[in-house]
Amino acid sequence: MEEQVDGATTSKPTHTTIEISVNGTVQTTQAATLAALLSDLDYTGVRVATAINDEFVPASSRSTHQLSPGDRVEIVSARQGG
Amino acid sequence: MNRIDKVPGPTSDADLTFYGVTVASRMLLGTALYPSPQLMADAVKASGCQVVTVSLRRETARGKIGARFLELINGLGVHVLPNTAGCRTAKEAITTAQMARELFDTSWIKLEVIANDDTLQPDLFGLVEAAETLNKDGFQVFPYTTEDLGAAERLVASGCRVLMPWGAPIGTGRGLANPYALKTMRNYFPDIPLVVDAGIGAPSHAAQAMEMGYDAVLLNTAVAKAADPVSMATAFAQAIQSGRVAYCSGLMEQRDMAAPSTPVAGTPFFDLEPGSQS
Repeated sequence: MEEQVDGATTSKPTHTTIEISVNGTVQTTQAATLAALLSDLDYTGVRVATAINDEFVPASSRSTHQLSPGDRVEIVSARQGG
Repeated sequence: MNRIDKVPGPTSDADLTFYGVTVASRMLLGTALYPSPQLMADAVKASGCQVVTVSLRRETARGKIGARFLELINGLGVHVLPNTAGCRTAKEAITTAQMARELFDTSWIKLEVIANDDTLQPDLFGLVEAAETLNKDGFQVFPYTTEDLGAAERLVASGCRVLMPWGAPIGTGRGLANPYALKTMRNYFPDIPLVVDAGIGAPSHAAQAMEMGYDAVLLNTAVAKAADPVSMATAFAQAIQSGRVAYCSGLMEQRDMAAPSTPVAGTPFFDLEPGSQS
């Protein structure tokens, strides 16, 4: 779908702006992948775990996991617990 | 033979092992609700516990909160047991467990699927469903459950090798709300490590669970919310140790009528008829 949009508007790949939610907050992003989103949000090198639309996305898959409009992204880290 | 009709008696104090990991302490301690991270760390050290529970939450400060906490926990040299606290469906718990496995680099998961906000009672249906999936996926599941033997059977059948029935609802500090059911569960599962998890408010509650033959006690609030969490951690460690030694020593059976402890034979004046003295 993204390729069709890109192809219709320009000859070179552009970063489409999409609306997603990150940890419950709706925001726009131009990141194409989860890895790019984490980088844009300054999480590079930070130990977090991720899920999109209630499904776990392992760290090894972040660079290939394409973001889609409406995705619900969860970015979590270690906390105190009982 | 009816497994519930177990006769109490002396037991050898075998090591406590969770999924092949032997722990010397029978106390599992939560890391939440302390006045400060340092007091939490000091309480863990004072307790001598070797397993602490942790969780994962949305990261809001670009990873700094989580990283600092992880560093503190790793410095304690204890086993980490991540939980799925707050999950209300099997699906949420499964995804949370998968994130926890990657984040904490452990297959251990304290599986919580919560049915009700007021009681924080385990949703046994969701719990069994999540346990079945997670056990197949290589997790080592510590299910937070009730005393329900049917659900417990299902959990064990799915591959759980630890059961963690509640003492009372989380955070209530009411102790063992249903001692009869907990005792029955102990007798029904003599070979599965059983941990009373939640509802413990005082060291005496923990000792009671251990005297019943429970393998360990998991608590958090009673230590974290004490006026002095560090010394309360010590108090719990001592109570848990005492309860364990008592169980292994074979507690006496209760009786309804009094029985003198001082020998009756040779009691002075015992042979005199009442009223014969002038």
